[in-house]
Amino acid sequence: MTALAALIRRDMRIALRVGGGALIGVLFFLTVVVLMPFAVGPDLALLSRLGPAILWLGALLASLLTLDRLFMADHEDGSLDLITMSRTPLELACAAKALAHWLAAGLPLIVATPVLGLLLNLDMVATGAVALTLLAGTPALTFTGMIGAALAVTLHRGGLLMAVLVLPLSIPVLIFGVAASQAVIVGPMNFGAPFSILCALSLVSLVVGPFAAAASLRQGLD
Amino acid sequence: MSGWIQGKMQLSGRGVICVRGGREVFSGLDFEAGSGEAVAVVGRNGSGKTSLLRMIAGLLIPAGGTIALDEGDAELTLPEQCHYLGHRDALKPALSVAENLSFWADFLGGERSDAAESLATVGLAHATHLPAAFLSAGQRRRLSLARLLTVRRPVWLLDEPTNALDVAGQDMFGGLMRDHLGRGGLIVAATHAPLGIDSRELRIGGVG
Repeated sequence: MTALAALIRRDMRIALRVGGGALIGVLFFLTVVVLMPFAVGPDLALLSRLGPAILWLGALLASLLTLDRLFMADHEDGSLDLITMSRTPLELACAAKALAHWLAAGLPLIVATPVLGLLLNLDMVATGAVALTLLAGTPALTFTGMIGAALAVTLHRGGLLMAVLVLPLSIPVLIFGVAASQAVIVGPMNFGAPFSILCALSLVSLVVGPFAAAASLRQGLD
Repeated sequence: MSGWIQGKMQLSGRGVICVRGGREVFSGLDFEAGSGEAVAVVGRNGSGKTSLLRMIAGLLIPAGGTIALDEGDAELTLPEQCHYLGHRDALKPALSVAENLSFWADFLGGERSDAAESLATVGLAHATHLPAAFLSAGQRRRLSLARLLTVRRPVWLLDEPTNALDVAGQDMFGGLMRDHLGRGGLIVAATHAPLGIDSRELRIGGVG
C-alpha cells in the first residue's frame, strides 16, 4: 500500500507543480466553454439546450489532451523500467497512475463546471446534473484512455494514434453522459437509466483498463 | 548488517540468446556470478551488453536459454531482487532531490537504510531541497547511486556506471561497490572503462 500511495503522491505532485499537466487541462476546458457562447450567439434557449453537450465535449477533449503523457514521461526517463521491475504488480501501478491522473486533471474539471454552467445559461439543477454525470463518467474516460496511453508507449507513436484508438471507447461515455444530463433538463426520459449505464461504464473500465494497460506495457518491453 | 543477503547466492545464465530487431546479437552465452563477486561485461558497441543486463532485470525476454538466481529470496522473483542502473536515471525534474529518492524508497519497498545518510554518502547532502532539474549529469548519477544504497537489493545491474562521474566520484563509487560485495551482494556491470574493483571479465560478441 505504501508503494501505491507513494506513486499517487508523486504523480499528483508533478501534475500540480508549475508546468504540470493538471492546469493545462482545466485551462483548455475553460477556453472551449468560454468561446462557445460567442460562437453560438446570444440565443439563451439554444445555449441551455446545448449546455450539457458543450460541457461534456470540453471535458472529454481536456482529459484526452493530457492523457498521452501518462506513461510516455515515465518511459522516457527510465522510471517505467523500475516500476515494471518492482514488487508492486504492474496492474496496480497502472491503476494508481490513472487514479492520480484523474484526481489531478479530472476532478478540477468537475469543480470548474458550476462556474462554466453560468456562461451557458444552465440553472442550478441542470449544472448539478452535469457535474454529477461528469463525476460518474470521467473515471471511464481516464481508465480507457490509459489503454491508449500504454499502447502509445508500446508502439513508439505519440498522441495522434492514441486519440484515434481511444475515441471509439469514449463515445458511449459521451452519449450516456449527455443523455443523463438532458434527461434532467428537458425530459421526458428519466435520469436513472442513462446514469446507471454511465456508472456501469466507469466500473467496467476501472476493472478492464489496468489489466489491458499492463498487458500492453509488458508486450512492449524492450 | 542484518540478513538481507542469504549467504551464497548464485546468478547464472545458460545458453542465453539475444535477438534484437530480427538480428541475433549473441547466442549460447553462459555466465555465472556468486555472492561477493563482480562481473564486468565487456564488448564492442552493439555487442549486447545493455541487452544482457535488461534480460537479467526481466525487461527483455531472452529468445532462448535461462537466467536464474539460486539461493536468493524464494518469495521474490529475480527482477525484484535486482537494482538496475541504466542510461536513463529515472529522476523527475519537477521534484526535489529528497523527494525523488524518498519516492523510490517508498515505491520499491523492502529493507532500506536512511535516505539522508545515503545522500551524504554520495555527496549530495547540500542539495536535498534542490529540484532535480538543476542537477548536473554527474550529480544525477550520484542521486541514482543513492537509490541503490537506500533500498537494499542483493543484485546490482550497472550499465556504464562511472559515466559522468568525476575522479572523486569514481573513487567513492568503487568504495560503495566493495562494501556491497563485502556484504555478499553481487554485481554485473557493462563497462568500457575499468570498474575500479576486482572483477571477472565476461566478453560477449567476439573480440572487439
